[in-house]
Amino acid sequence: MLNQRSRFIFTALCFGFAFLYIPILLVIIYSFNDSRLVTVWGGWSFRWYVELFNNENILDAAILSFQIAAITATFATIMGTMAGFIMARIKQFRGRLLFSGMIASPLVMPEVITGLSLLLLFVSLQDFIGWPGSRGMNTITIAHITFSMAYVAVIIQSRLTEINDSLEEAAMDLGARPLRVLWDITLPIIFPAMIAGWLLSFTLSLDDLVIASFVSGPGATTLPMLIFSKVRLGVSPDINALATILILVVTLGLCLAAWITSRQNRSLSQS
Amino acid sequence: MTDSDQKFIEIKGVSKNFGEVIAVDNVDLEIKKGELFSILGASGSGKTTLLRILAGLEVPSQGSVLIDGVDMTTVAPYDRPVNIMFQNYALFPHMSVFENIAYGLKKEGMEKEGIQEKVERMLALVKLEGYENRKPNQLSGGQSQRVALARSLIKEPKVLLLDEPMAALDKKLRQSTQFELMDIHYELGITFVIVTHDQEEAMTLSDRIAIMEQGQFVQIGSPNLIYENPKSKFVADFLGNINLLEATVTEQSDDRIVVKCEALGGELELNNQDQSNTSQMTVALRPEKVMIEKTMPTENEQKFVKGMVEDFGYFGNLSIYRVRTESDHIIQVSKQNRDRVEQSIKWDDEVYLTWENESLMLLGE
Repeated sequence: MLNQRSRFIFTALCFGFAFLYIPILLVIIYSFNDSRLVTVWGGWSFRWYVELFNNENILDAAILSFQIAAITATFATIMGTMAGFIMARIKQFRGRLLFSGMIASPLVMPEVITGLSLLLLFVSLQDFIGWPGSRGMNTITIAHITFSMAYVAVIIQSRLTEINDSLEEAAMDLGARPLRVLWDITLPIIFPAMIAGWLLSFTLSLDDLVIASFVSGPGATTLPMLIFSKVRLGVSPDINALATILILVVTLGLCLAAWITSRQNRSLSQS
Repeated sequence: MTDSDQKFIEIKGVSKNFGEVIAVDNVDLEIKKGELFSILGASGSGKTTLLRILAGLEVPSQGSVLIDGVDMTTVAPYDRPVNIMFQNYALFPHMSVFENIAYGLKKEGMEKEGIQEKVERMLALVKLEGYENRKPNQLSGGQSQRVALARSLIKEPKVLLLDEPMAALDKKLRQSTQFELMDIHYELGITFVIVTHDQEEAMTLSDRIAIMEQGQFVQIGSPNLIYENPKSKFVADFLGNINLLEATVTEQSDDRIVVKCEALGGELELNNQDQSNTSQMTVALRPEKVMIEKTMPTENEQKFVKGMVEDFGYFGNLSIYRVRTESDHIIQVSKQNRDRVEQSIKWDDEVYLTWENESLMLLGE
C-alpha cells in the first residue's frame, strides 16, 4: 500500500519535472541542430553559435541587456537593502504600514501597468524638465531598478528578521558605535542575502520584456525584445543557440546563489 | 567601605513605559560594589527592561541611573563601563571564538599582542583553552555560554549584567555552572547583576535578591531573609513552597497578637511583627518546618493537628506529603529521608502534624 503510494508520488514528481525541463532540454539539443528548419533534425553542428556571434544585432542587444542588468542589480541591491533594513529594524515610525505597502506593491503590480505608468512619467518629465531626453538604456534601467529593489527589500527584510536584535546590541555593548555595528556585524551576516538579491535583480532585469518594451526608445533593443521580434517572424535556429547561452548564464547564477545561501545557513544554523 | 561603595549602582525613581504598558514603575535601588545581586521575577515583571536600562539599551522614561557616582541615564551602551551577557548569548556567528571574545578589546583599539594575551587568560578562566578557532555553531550550549561570559568580561567592566544566564542549560550543567559563576565573581570582584525567573538560581547565587512584580520591587534582601521573613503572601509563595493558611485576628496588643487559624487547630498566639489593621490575615508555614509522625505527640503543651495523607511524592532526598487535616484543609509537609528504610508513611495513613511556634509567620494581604 505504502509502496504503491510512494510509487505514485514518484511518478507524479517525474512527470512534473519532465514537463518543466524537457522543453528546455529540447531547446539546448536543437541549438546544435544542423538543419535550417527548427523542427527537423539534421545532425550535430555549431553553425548557429557561429552565426550568432557574427550577428551584430544580437550581440549589441546582449551587451545592452547585460549592462542594464548589472547596473540595475547593483542599484536595486543598495536601495533594497536600505528599505529592507528599515522595515526589519525600525519597529515604529509614522507611515510604516504605508511604506511597507508601497515597497511590496511592485511585486504584485501587473507589468503592463508598471510599464505604462513609467512611460507616462518619462514622457511628462520630458515635457516639464527636458529629461530624460531620448528614451533607451537610461529609462529601461530606472524602470528595472524600481521593481527589482522591491524583491531585494523583501529578501533582506526576511533575513534580518531571522537575526536576533541582540547580536547588534551585543556589539554595541562591547563598544562599537552604530556605524561600526553595521559594518562589523549586520553587513557580514546579510551579505549572502545581498548577493542573492543582486543575482535575482540581475535575472529579473535580463528577463524583462514587457516593461522594457514600454519605456524603451527607438535606439535601444534589449535581448528579450529582440528575441520576441525575431520569433514573430518565425523561430530561427540561432534563437535556440542564444537561449542555450542564456540558460547557462542563469543556471550558473542560480547555483552560485544557492551555494552562498547554504553556506550561510550552515554558519547560522545554531544561532 | 565608603559611601560610594555602598551605592555603587544607584537607580533613582526609574520608570519605563512602552506606549500604554508600564514595564518599570518608579523603581529605587542601590547595589553595593562587588555584590552579586539578583532581580527575580516572573516573565513580564519588568526585570529584563530594568537590566536593559542599566546596559543603556533602553533609556528610562523617568528617573536616573548612576554607576560609580556618574550619571549614566542617557549614556550610550558603547560608552558605559558595563557589559551584558544575553540570554541567547548573541555570539557573532561569522566570527570564531577568539574573534568573539576579542571584539570588545579590538573596539577599544588595543594592540594585537595585548589582545592575544588577554583572550588567552579569559579562555583559561572559563576553561575553554583550545577552542579559539571554533565557530559558534560548533559549540555546545554550555560552551557557548562560557564564550558569551568571557566576551562580556574581557573589558573588565565595572558591572556585569546577566540576563537569565542559565536558562538555556540543562539542570545538571546549570548547577555546576552556578558554582563556577560564583567562583569567577569572587576572583574578579566585579559587581554582578543577574536577572532570572528561577528562584533556586537566585537563592544559590546571590548576596541579595530583589523580587519584582508588575514593574516594582516587592522585597529586597538576602536570600535567607526573604525566605524566612517574606513581607507579603506574594513573596512567600514566589520563593519556595509554603502553606498559606487563612486566619482571623481575635486579640491584638502592641507586641502580641492572637489569631484563630482553623487549619492549625484553633487559636495561636504570635509575636506581632506586622502592625496590620486588617482582621483577615494569613499564617504562613514552610513545609520543611512541619514535623509529621504516625504517633500522637505526648508532650503536654505541644499543639498538633490530626490529618490523613492524601498524596505523597518521593524525591529521594526528601518526601513531600499533602495532608488533609480534620478541619478539611491541605497542609504540605516535607520530610528529610535520613534513614535508608522503606517509606513508613504512605497514602491514607493517619498522621499528626506538629511545628515550632517560631516557624509561623503572620502575613497581611
